Amino acid sequence: MPIQYYLYLSLALFCTGIIGALMRRNAIVILMCIELMLNAVNLLLVAFSNHFNDASAQIFVFFIMVVAAAEVSIGLAIIVLMYRRVHSIDINILNRLKN
Amino acid sequence: MSQYIYLVPLFPLIGFLIAGLGRNVLGKTLLGWIPSMAVLASFVVSLLIFRDVQHMDPEHASVVVQIYNFFHVGNFSVNFSFQVDQLSTLFLLIITGIGFLIHVYSIGYMSHDEGFGKYFAYLNLFVFNMLLLVLGSNYIIMFIGWEGVGLCSYLLIGFWYKKKEYGNAAKKAFIMNRIGDLGFLIAVFLIISRFGTTEFSEVFRSQAGIVANGPFILAVTLCLFIGATGKSAQLPLFTWLPDAMAGPTPVSALIHAATMVTAGVYMIVRSNILFTIAPVTQHIILMVGLATALIAATIATRQNDIKKVLAYSTVSQLGFMFMAIGVGAYTAAVFHVITHAFFKALLFLGSGSVIHGMSGEQDIRMMGGLKEKMKTTYYTFLIGCIAIAGIPPLSGFFSKDEIMMHLFTNGAFGKVFWALGMIAAFMTAFYMFRLLFITFFGKFRGTHEQAHHVHESPALMTMPLIVLAILSIGGGLIGVPEVFGLGEHWLKEWLEPILLKSELAHIYINELSHRGELLLMAIAVIIAFLGIILAWSLYKNYDAKKQNKGIAKFLEDKWLFDEAYDNAIVKPTFAAANVLKTNVEEQVIDGAVNGVGKLLHAASNRLRYLQSGMVGFYLFIMVAGIIALAILLFFIH
Repeated sequence: MPIQYYLYLSLALFCTGIIGALMRRNAIVILMCIELMLNAVNLLLVAFSNHFNDASAQIFVFFIMVVAAAEVSIGLAIIVLMYRRVHSIDINILNRLKN
Repeated sequence: MSQYIYLVPLFPLIGFLIAGLGRNVLGKTLLGWIPSMAVLASFVVSLLIFRDVQHMDPEHASVVVQIYNFFHVGNFSVNFSFQVDQLSTLFLLIITGIGFLIHVYSIGYMSHDEGFGKYFAYLNLFVFNMLLLVLGSNYIIMFIGWEGVGLCSYLLIGFWYKKKEYGNAAKKAFIMNRIGDLGFLIAVFLIISRFGTTEFSEVFRSQAGIVANGPFILAVTLCLFIGATGKSAQLPLFTWLPDAMAGPTPVSALIHAATMVTAGVYMIVRSNILFTIAPVTQHIILMVGLATALIAATIATRQNDIKKVLAYSTVSQLGFMFMAIGVGAYTAAVFHVITHAFFKALLFLGSGSVIHGMSGEQDIRMMGGLKEKMKTTYYTFLIGCIAIAGIPPLSGFFSKDEIMMHLFTNGAFGKVFWALGMIAAFMTAFYMFRLLFITFFGKFRGTHEQAHHVHESPALMTMPLIVLAILSIGGGLIGVPEVFGLGEHWLKEWLEPILLKSELAHIYINELSHRGELLLMAIAVIIAFLGIILAWSLYKNYDAKKQNKGIAKFLEDKWLFDEAYDNAIVKPTFAAANVLKTNVEEQVIDGAVNGVGKLLHAASNRLRYLQSGMVGFYLFIMVAGIIALAILLFFIH
């Protein structure tokens, strides 16, 4: 399969992620969108790793997965705490922290 | 002996350090006597060196003693070296000798002053710098001393700095001197550019290649002369000297009468060879000297401050010295420097004794009748007055007469110059005896309290007066003209090696027969007596209440020189500074500085709306930025 297909898929995933992160106000959805972007990058790394027959890129993929897992767990914990406090997971409410 | 010359300036330097560092630690006795002894030690060494020079072959008596290499730039090098010859040893004796007497006098005069230690430190620093000026074997070392004495003069004029006008007088003296110093510096630079050295001996040796009266030599000599007008208080830079009387009276005697102000004369006599090949400059010097002598003498006739009279008298006498230089009679100029140092130091110290006795009163209108109460002061002051008026056989007669003689025989207009000089001499006798009669004769005009307090000064102060009085009487013996048949003119013989090349071109004295010479002397003496008689008839019963009107008022106001300078220079300078302040400083410079602040303030005021706290907006900006960078990279490649 030519490398371009992987690229198109990755681009589509990434754009979906960005647009979702920009447009949505639900914190959980934004977190999911960030996951989407990370996975788009993972896909790209794996594709090129295969293309150049070089396994080192796959190491990065594992790292990114670990970091993403940690990030999600912390992000969800923050959201839970936030919900307990303000009874909402709307991202725009966060700017009220300054008061 | 000459190799020990470094001791001469070293002693006062040590004295300065001891008095300066120990001014709060040592007692008044030590603080007074250590600096005095330092100057006395210098005097003794100078005397030994003087005797040494005397016994040497006159042609080879000039020795340059190198202390160390001062600095070295490219192929130009300046040595820190001292010149020992007939001229410098003569000045050494005057500076250290009179300096010692004035130190001793100061111990009495300043005994009640709280700045006692500081005073003696400054005084020793002055002596050190003056010795440096006289001893330096090149223009750079001379310039160091030249600036040093200016600094000490500033410090001592403003000694009682808590009075604002005294501080202003100090500033005035310093600034006026700067104008002259600039001239001196330019002259030194010109000399360096042409000769590649500032060493006197080398400059004077290589002057032979210079075109006489050429633009170069005229520029050098005129710039040197401008330097001399500043330091020696000649027109147009003389107004600082009368104001310099704000300092303690012994300072006026030492610095502003006997030594520092003659530095200009010394410098020109030292450079006599350069001036001899610039006759145009000499004419200018003659004119300036004559004008100064006359104008200062007229002002002195109407002053009411005892020290101001003496100050203008000093300016006038310096004018006489410059007249002598102007006609190439360098010996006469040095002769007058010496005798003037004696009798003017005497007169100033005498006036200090009067002021001391009158508890600080300086206005002669408040004095009178002091003859009975201050006998020693009166008699020594009288001797000083007779000496300066030019009555034989006191010292002033011989030196002034020699100058007059040279004026008389100087070319076609010589007789005119002589007549004008005679008018100045007449006024000298008049104003000095006016001062004497008003101060010491008649009835006492001060307050009752002062009358009760008046007393003769302590022996510490009268002893220097007596010594100086003896010197004022006998000082003329070093230059008795040959016409009296007492042998050769000693000073002329002594200075001959220094002035060899210069005075040969200017010996007019032989044109005058002995009868003519005696006739001129007789006229001079008669004129001096006329001045004294006029002063006696006008001031023997002085009425202090009479106000000066017309010309007398104009003279009392010092020809309005200060006002003229104020209007012509000081006020326009201040006005210009004010214009620059309001327009340039406050608008352009402040505007630029404040503008930067205002710009940042306004910009941040707008930009702070970006900091909305909306996470979505931040993300959007970030993504937009990344996309913009990606596009940019795409187009660049």
